[in-house]
Amino acid sequence: MFVRLVYESFRREKRRKLLAGLAISLGVGVATAMIAVATDIGDKISRELRTYGANLIVTPDEDGLDVEIGGVNLKPPSDGGYLTEADLPRIKGMFWRNNIVGFAPMLPVNIKVGAVETSLMGTYFSKSVSFGKQHFVTGVRSTYPGWKVRGEWPADDSQDVLLGENLAATLKLQAGESVEINGQRHRISGILASGSSEDEQIWAPLSIAQQLLGKPGAVRRVYVSAVTKPEDELARRDPATMSPEIRDRWYCSPYPQSIAFQLQEAIPHSHAEQIRQVAQNEGRVLSRTKGLMLLITIAVLLASALAVSAAMATAIFERRTEVGLMKALGAGDVRIAALFFAEAMLLAILGGGTGFAWGALLARFIGRSIFDSQIGIQPVLLPVILTIAVVVTFAGSAAAIRRAVKFDPVYALRGEA
Amino acid sequence: MSSQLGRRVGRSSRRSMFVRMLVRAAVLRRGRAIAALLALIVAAATATAMLNLYVGVQAKLKKEFRNYGANVVIAAEDNQSLPAETLGKARAIVNGHGLAVPFSYVVARTREGRPVVVAGTDFNAVEKLDSWWSVSAWPRAQHDGLVGVRAAQVVSPRGKPFDLSFQGKTMSVTPAGTLQTGAAEDSRIYLASADFKSWTGVEPSTIEISFSGSAGEIGQAIQDLQQALPFAQVRPVRQIIEAEARVLGKMRATLWVAAILIIATAGLCVLATLTGLVFDRRRDFAVMKSLGASGRLLHGFLAAEAAAMGTVASAIGFVVGNAIASAIGRIDFHAPIAPRFGVLPVVILGSVAVALTAAIWPMWLLGRIQPANILRGE
Repeated sequence: MFVRLVYESFRREKRRKLLAGLAISLGVGVATAMIAVATDIGDKISRELRTYGANLIVTPDEDGLDVEIGGVNLKPPSDGGYLTEADLPRIKGMFWRNNIVGFAPMLPVNIKVGAVETSLMGTYFSKSVSFGKQHFVTGVRSTYPGWKVRGEWPADDSQDVLLGENLAATLKLQAGESVEINGQRHRISGILASGSSEDEQIWAPLSIAQQLLGKPGAVRRVYVSAVTKPEDELARRDPATMSPEIRDRWYCSPYPQSIAFQLQEAIPHSHAEQIRQVAQNEGRVLSRTKGLMLLITIAVLLASALAVSAAMATAIFERRTEVGLMKALGAGDVRIAALFFAEAMLLAILGGGTGFAWGALLARFIGRSIFDSQIGIQPVLLPVILTIAVVVTFAGSAAAIRRAVKFDPVYALRGEA
Repeated sequence: MSSQLGRRVGRSSRRSMFVRMLVRAAVLRRGRAIAALLALIVAAATATAMLNLYVGVQAKLKKEFRNYGANVVIAAEDNQSLPAETLGKARAIVNGHGLAVPFSYVVARTREGRPVVVAGTDFNAVEKLDSWWSVSAWPRAQHDGLVGVRAAQVVSPRGKPFDLSFQGKTMSVTPAGTLQTGAAEDSRIYLASADFKSWTGVEPSTIEISFSGSAGEIGQAIQDLQQALPFAQVRPVRQIIEAEARVLGKMRATLWVAAILIIATAGLCVLATLTGLVFDRRRDFAVMKSLGASGRLLHGFLAAEAAAMGTVASAIGFVVGNAIASAIGRIDFHAPIAPRFGVLPVVILGSVAVALTAAIWPMWLLGRIQPANILRGE
C-alpha cells in the first residue's frame, strides 16, 4: 500500500514532481560542477602560472658569487663549482616527479663575437631524456613557455644557436645567417625574444657550451618548473626540527620548500632553492583563487539548498487536501510524514543522480573550453553529492511536512487553506 | 457632470479595490508570500553577489599580480648610464599608476680582490616594488647596505662592516640586513642611491616600472615613455604581462560561467516555486472571474503582484548579496569588495522579469479553462 501510494503520487502528479525534481537536479548539477572546478582550479591556475618560468633553481653546493649584470656574466670561468649533467634525469625519480613540468640546465660561457662581449648559454631546448623506463622531453621550451622564437628552435644535437633579440640587433644578424664563435661558425636558426635579460645572450645546445668551456658533462645551474602548493606555516618550518610524523607530511606535500629539498636529495652536491619572485607570488595568487572558488562554491551550495527547499515546500503545501483525505481515512501523522519523506528521498536520489551526471558534463565542458584540459570528477563525489541532496531535500520539506500533518483535515477538505 | 463624477469615483474605488486585493493577498497568504519572496531574495542575492564578485575580483587579482614586480623596464643602450633626468621623466609619466625604481650597477672588489656586483637603488621604492624579497632588515642609515645571502657569506660572514673598492675609491659598508630571493640578487650588495652615487659617480642604468592597468594602457605607457626617452630602450617584461593576462582571462571566464550558472539555477528554482504558487490559487482566480473580472484585470493583478514582489525581493537581495560579496572579499583578499550600484537596476529588472514569467505562464494555461470547471474542483 505504501509503495503504491508513492508510485501513484509520482504517476499522477508528473508536472509537480517534474518541477521539484528539476529544481533538485539543477541545484545539484551546478553544485557538482562548482565543486569539481573549485577542487581542480589550483592545479589549473598553477599550470597557467608556469608561464612565468621556473620556480626552483639548483646550484652547486660550493658555488662562488654570480657576477652578472643585465644577463652578461662577468664571473671568471675558474670560479665556482659545477653539477654533473648525468645526474639530472634523477629529477624524474623524485617523489613529486609528476609535479615537475620541466627542467633546463644552464651553462654560461663568456665569449666574444666580433668586438661584442657576451654570454653563450648552453641548455636543453626540448631534449628527450630517460630515467629508468621513463622517457620524457624537457628543456627551456617547457620551463619557459613564454619565450618566442622567430625562425626555428635549434635541435639539441645540432650546432645551431639562437640569438637574443637585442644582441641580434647589436650584431645586425638575422635568422638563417651564421655567427662565428671561437673560430667556429654556427647557423642562427632563430631569434629569441623573452622580454628579459635572455635577449642579450646566445643560446646553444648544452654540448656546445661544454666544448667551449672544455668541461664535458658540466652544468652550472638547473632551472626547475614545478607545480606547487601555496606555502603555509608547515611549509616554512625547518625539516631538521620536525618530528618524523610531521616531517612525512611536509615531505609529501608539494610545497616549493619540500620539492627543493627533494631536488637536493636527487642531485648530489647541490643546493636547491625557490626563486621567490615566481614561487612566492604564485603561492599568493593560487591561495586567493582557490579561496575564492571555495567561498563561491559554499555560497552556491547554500543558494541551491534554499532554492530546492523553497521548491519542495511549495510542492508539499499544494497537497494538503490529499493529507486531509488520508487523515480522514485514519492515517497517522507518522505514516503521512513517512510517505512524504519517502517521496522526497526518491526525488532527491533521482534529481541528485541526474544533477550529478550533467554537473560532471558541465565541469568537463568548463575544463575543455576555459582551461583546455580535463576537469575530472572523482566518483567518490557521487555518494557525497547524493547525501547532500537528500539532506537538503529533507530539510527543505521538513517544515512544510510538519505543517501539512498538523493541519486540521476538516478545513483542508473544505478547501479553506 | 454627475456621470463624470461617478466614473471618477468608480475608477478610484476600482483602484483602491485593486490595491486592497494586492495587500490582502500578501497578508492573508503570509506563509506562501514569504516563501515566494524568500526564493526571489535568494536568487537576487546570489545574482548581486556574483555580479559584484565578477567585477570586484578582477580588480583584486590585478592588484595581486602587481606583486610580481616590474612589468616595464627602461634600460640604457649597451649598459651605459641613463641621463640624470630620466627618472624624473619616467615618474611623471607613471605618476599615480605605479612605481618607477632606479637601479645602477657596478662590479666592485672586496678587500681580497674578489669581484662582486654592487647595486644602488631607492630602498623605500624597492620595498614596494619587489615584495617577494625576503629581507631581514631594511637599511635606513647612511652607509648601510643590504647584502644578498650568498654575497654575505663572502664579504661579511659575521655581519661586520666591510670595505668595497671601485676604481680606486673605497667605501665602508655596514650590513644592515640580508636579502634572499633565490635569484641573481642573492649575489649582490644593495646600497642607497645617494651612497652609491657619491661613491662611484655612476648614474642608474635601468629603471624598473610596475605599471597597473590593462594591456592597452601598459602599451600606451610604453609608447609614451619611449617618446619621452628616445635615448633609452623601453620594453615590457613579457612573461609577467602574459601570465597575468592568461590567469586573469581564465579567472574571468570561470567567474562568468559560475555567475551564469548560479543565476540561471536560482532563477529557474524561483520560477518553479512561483509557478506552483500561482497554479495553486486557481480557485481564487475562478471566483474573481465568475464575479466579472476581465482577463486583463486578472493579468494586471498578477503582474502587479509579481512586480511588487520582484522589486521588494531585489532590494533586499541587493543588500544581502553585497554583504556576501563583501564578506568573500574580506575573507579571501583581506579587503571588502565595494558595492556596485550599477548592478541594482540589472537585479531589479531580472527579478521582476522572473516573477512576471512565473506569474504569466500559469495564467495563460489557466486562461483557457472555464472557471466553472475549476470551481467544481476539476
